[in-house]
Amino acid sequence: MSDMIRLSEIATARAGDKGDTSNIAVFVSRAEYWETVRAGLTPSLLARSFPDLFRGPITRYEIAHLHALNFVLENALEGGVNTSLNLDTHGKSFSYLLLDLDIPLAPLNPENRREP
Amino acid sequence: MATEPGRDAAGAVVRIGCGAGFANDRMEPALDLVERGALDYLFFEGLAERTLAHSQRARHAQRDRGYNPTLERRIRLVLPACRARGTRIVTNMGAANPAGAAAAVLEIARELGMTGLKIGVVEGDDVSHAIGPDHRLADADCTAGAVGRQMIGANAYLGAEPIVAALDAGADIVITGRVADPSLVVAPLMHHFRWRADDWQRLGAATMIGHLLECGFQITGGYFADPGRKEVPGLARLGYPIAEVAENGDATITKLAGIGGFVTRETVLEQLLYEVHDPAAYLTPDVTADFSAAQIIEAGQDRIAVSGGNGRIRPENLKVTIGYDGGFRAEAGISYAGSGALPRARLAASVLVERMRDVHGLTEPLRTDLIGHASLHATAKAAQGIDADYRDIRLHATLCSGEERLARALVDEMEGLWIAGPAGGGGVRGQVIPTVMTRTALISREAVRPKVEILVA
Repeated sequence: MSDMIRLSEIATARAGDKGDTSNIAVFVSRAEYWETVRAGLTPSLLARSFPDLFRGPITRYEIAHLHALNFVLENALEGGVNTSLNLDTHGKSFSYLLLDLDIPLAPLNPENRREP
Repeated sequence: MATEPGRDAAGAVVRIGCGAGFANDRMEPALDLVERGALDYLFFEGLAERTLAHSQRARHAQRDRGYNPTLERRIRLVLPACRARGTRIVTNMGAANPAGAAAAVLEIARELGMTGLKIGVVEGDDVSHAIGPDHRLADADCTAGAVGRQMIGANAYLGAEPIVAALDAGADIVITGRVADPSLVVAPLMHHFRWRADDWQRLGAATMIGHLLECGFQITGGYFADPGRKEVPGLARLGYPIAEVAENGDATITKLAGIGGFVTRETVLEQLLYEVHDPAAYLTPDVTADFSAAQIIEAGQDRIAVSGGNGRIRPENLKVTIGYDGGFRAEAGISYAGSGALPRARLAASVLVERMRDVHGLTEPLRTDLIGHASLHATAKAAQGIDADYRDIRLHATLCSGEERLARALVDEMEGLWIAGPAGGGGVRGQVIPTVMTRTALISREAVRPKVEILVA
């Protein structure tokens, strides 16, 4: 089994909402871990980790040159700001739900280290 | 204090400041921004998804209201400084009643002796008449009428063009209802640089700048700080952001010196994707904007150069937000502390649920959270299952019902736990608020007729 790393050690995140759709953008702050996050932080990991919350389709967009991933999670806000009974009706705190995930550490190859 | 850059007399660079990023945003930093920011334009953004439905309701209750209740205070605060410096104001805080807002602002201008001040009013976003019960929804597989709630009103998202028309006509202040948030920035740039309405590249670039600025403090250090990991200087005194925009749509995002917060590559990057779905297809009435090739480069302290924003032809239809009566939301809580706090709070929750169901006949969902153990992420089950001696727990309960009686009952039952609940319960609070819900639909551009009027003080 490969070594794991906590996402919060290598990335930051910001969450937003539109209706019942949440978007959580993840920014890899330590460039040498970009490939680790890109390979490990997948829509299926999100769905698997929080099956009761992230019940709808999850789409991942990637802006590689900015080391950013954007997750769009449909039906993820318990009805959204309109009808959610969650204290956090907007899902603003979801960013920190993601940052608590552990992902498998990809080997730090020299090429990764040279990235800006 | 550092010398602030002045306005560009040749007009090669336009300086736009954001003075509010939501309906109730802070007031005093906006005045500072005008006094020291050498702004060509100041904009106030104040219409979140549901805000307009609340405003529609306020206007139904009182015909001359329905615009942002803070607008008059904001205008009174900044108008003299804006007038003295030639800074023009653009705002969507007209909400459900731009004409009413303009009349109130006109009154303020006259009080302040500003004869000749021109106020542009943009209307036509209210499409309540055009959205019948058979209109298809875009965010649910049904019609507007099938939602089963009373419709409050429907507003289409207008773009930059009517604002440009008002600015072209010399408006010192432009007041709108629903427009796409970035259009509040796109419009002054189109007006100043005489960009064509089909110059997709520049409109895309301008939309990216508008998107970055529209949440105000969220790009100057707000929604960012995380002690030990991301420190923000002077978080209690954040400054509002400024964009210095060139004719080709490139910009520098900055802020005033001598006030809290910062603009860094990281704050700009986080905001770039805020509430964005596909970064290559950010839809507004003006353009299909593409942020996917954005370049974000440090150009000095609190100076971040942004470029690479692009765009394609604008969407054929306009987005409409339909507001409905959302019933009554009740929230109430009680706290337990010390030994056994968690089991006592759980017992209180079970009493509450049983009484709401069996005594009051509640059939709608009642959510109970145990703040201090699991609340925000309770649905995700992220904080549960940890066996610890919780010593400070708040039971928080929420329901939403079409019946005000049931909403009131929740608050009453929570109070009842003071006397009839588990030992040592304290700090009961509760409230009932009428709420709204929204749905999204599309409407053809032909069915929406923006209207621009100029009032002179």
